[in-house]
Amino acid sequence: MILFLILAVLSIVFSLLVVFRRNVVHNAMALAATLFLVSILFITLDAPMVGALQVLVYAGAIMVLFLFVIMLLNPAALEPRPAAWSTVGSLASLALLWEMVALFFYRPPFAAPPPVAGNFGGPEALAQSLFTNFVLPFEIASVLLLVAIIGAVALGKKAS
Amino acid sequence: MAPLPYYLALGAVLFAIGVAGVVIRRDIIVILMSIELMLNAVNLTFIAFARFLGSMDGQVIVFFVMTVAAAEAVVGLAIIISAFRHRQTLDPRNMQLLKW
Amino acid sequence: MIIDVGIIAAKAFLVLFMVLNLAGILGWIERKGSALIQDRIGANRASIFGFAGMGLVNTLVADPIKFLFKEDFIPAKGDKLLHTLAPCLALFPALVTFAVIPFGDVLILGDRVINLQVANLNIGILYTFAMASLGVYGIVIGAWASNNKFSLLGGVRGAAQMISYEIAMGLSIMGVLMFYGTLELQEMVRAQGELLWGWLPAWGFFLQPLAFLLFFTAAVAETKRIPFDIPEGESEIVAGYHVEYSGGKFLMFFAGEFAEIVTAAGLVATLFFGGWQVPWLMPDGFHFPWGGTLLLSNLSVTLLQVGAFAFKVIFFCWLQILVRWSLPRFRYDQVMRLGWKMLLPVALINVVVTAVWIILRQGLSSNP
Repeated sequence: MILFLILAVLSIVFSLLVVFRRNVVHNAMALAATLFLVSILFITLDAPMVGALQVLVYAGAIMVLFLFVIMLLNPAALEPRPAAWSTVGSLASLALLWEMVALFFYRPPFAAPPPVAGNFGGPEALAQSLFTNFVLPFEIASVLLLVAIIGAVALGKKAS
Repeated sequence: MAPLPYYLALGAVLFAIGVAGVVIRRDIIVILMSIELMLNAVNLTFIAFARFLGSMDGQVIVFFVMTVAAAEAVVGLAIIISAFRHRQTLDPRNMQLLKW
Repeated sequence: MIIDVGIIAAKAFLVLFMVLNLAGILGWIERKGSALIQDRIGANRASIFGFAGMGLVNTLVADPIKFLFKEDFIPAKGDKLLHTLAPCLALFPALVTFAVIPFGDVLILGDRVINLQVANLNIGILYTFAMASLGVYGIVIGAWASNNKFSLLGGVRGAAQMISYEIAMGLSIMGVLMFYGTLELQEMVRAQGELLWGWLPAWGFFLQPLAFLLFFTAAVAETKRIPFDIPEGESEIVAGYHVEYSGGKFLMFFAGEFAEIVTAAGLVATLFFGGWQVPWLMPDGFHFPWGGTLLLSNLSVTLLQVGAFAFKVIFFCWLQILVRWSLPRFRYDQVMRLGWKMLLPVALINVVVTAVWIILRQGLSSNP
């Protein structure tokens, strides 16, 4: 419980840094830190395989890609921040937040987590589910990745 | 392990912060990063439900969401690079019109 | 409860102590070893009361003192926060990866069975790759925060190289994972104690020699050592991504690089050379294939196993240093071509051939 509170506070702080820092590289690093903390949350929720994949894929590869693009484009100027728009935006998301949190807490208390098998969330359990029940989405996901690779390379090439 | 509403509330907070990022920021890369933050909040919700309902389906869905998010980030960044080459700015207000 | 936490803390401390000390000693081996290879004397001037210890005093005492007392500057237009953060980001993954590498079987103290591994995760080797993929951040952030074109060039090249070889690393050990059927490193090392054809220990090297070559190459490329030295390019771009670092921060980069050497050696030893396995040593003693047995107590078996692991790790560290001082540096496009066009297809073919072999073997053995 204490661990959850620490992780929750840290991830909220870092995600606020993502949104409200002016320097883009700082934003990217804060997002990488948020993803790392969320993956630790996954591990505490008995999902070690997905947590490791989150660090490997999200924090390790996607955020590095973001950093690469930021360094390539080198955005020099800091963007303007009109006060009215920022206030309206923040108020809107606060209203959204209030609705969601209220929904979650005004409910009958949830039951305690059911006891699960020892290797719940482990690689065998995930693979078992992935390759028997979800084989078709798996194949489609691999085709999607292939299409994304080809598309990215085609889009990124300089027009010759 | 904290009770379920706490995890859902954390997911909601992260999601709302992501929405604030998309609405407030004027830099398209940061908007893309806020979208990734929203996807992560959803992933957290899925994993929490997977644990509290004792089913592996939530984790498999998160696996696919991560894959799709990776593909989407890659293609999105490629689009941003080629748009930047034309307009020399990352302000999304300059990318509103299909032809200029 | 307290004792359990204490044991884990003791194991973590022991592993960290050994990795950092080995990193320091590797610095000495590198300087003196390179001197031997290049037929010169090497550093031997610093001495305490006339005791120079073959350069040990120079490398282990004088150098750290020099590094720690140098002026610590941040480039004028560089990013202050990121410049200070980068060496920490480079050192952190190199140290924590060793948490899942087992350095012994079990140590039985009274009625307490201690597994000689800091953390027994059920995702084992995936944790190692996750931490290795975090290692890219140190390079990229260090290069960016220096506000220096050479630094940025070295950093971007280094990051591209690391990402490319991560893929080759992951695919090359798929064959090993298929043979041992588990991701946990302790289980993998225990499975390497079985005997093939009655006398050959089932080490990864004998089952998958090609994977060993691929993994060793990819691991050397990950640690950015020569011949994959382009990010640091000492003769080309001054010092690449850590040119604007001095003093303690450079020491952290330096120590991180040597800790990565130790981690790469530890992984190679664990996956391919039996980790802490001594050939024919069972938990209760030696069982030679020609029939003799030599029964030993648990403590001596454990000491033999830890000693064997240490010997293998030091051997592979020495091998990496030997490679570093023997080969010239690859050009950047050669590095990329090797990673994508040579290592990746060969690793994929290795996976397919291994899978076919395993299925055929299962089919033959389960045929009535």
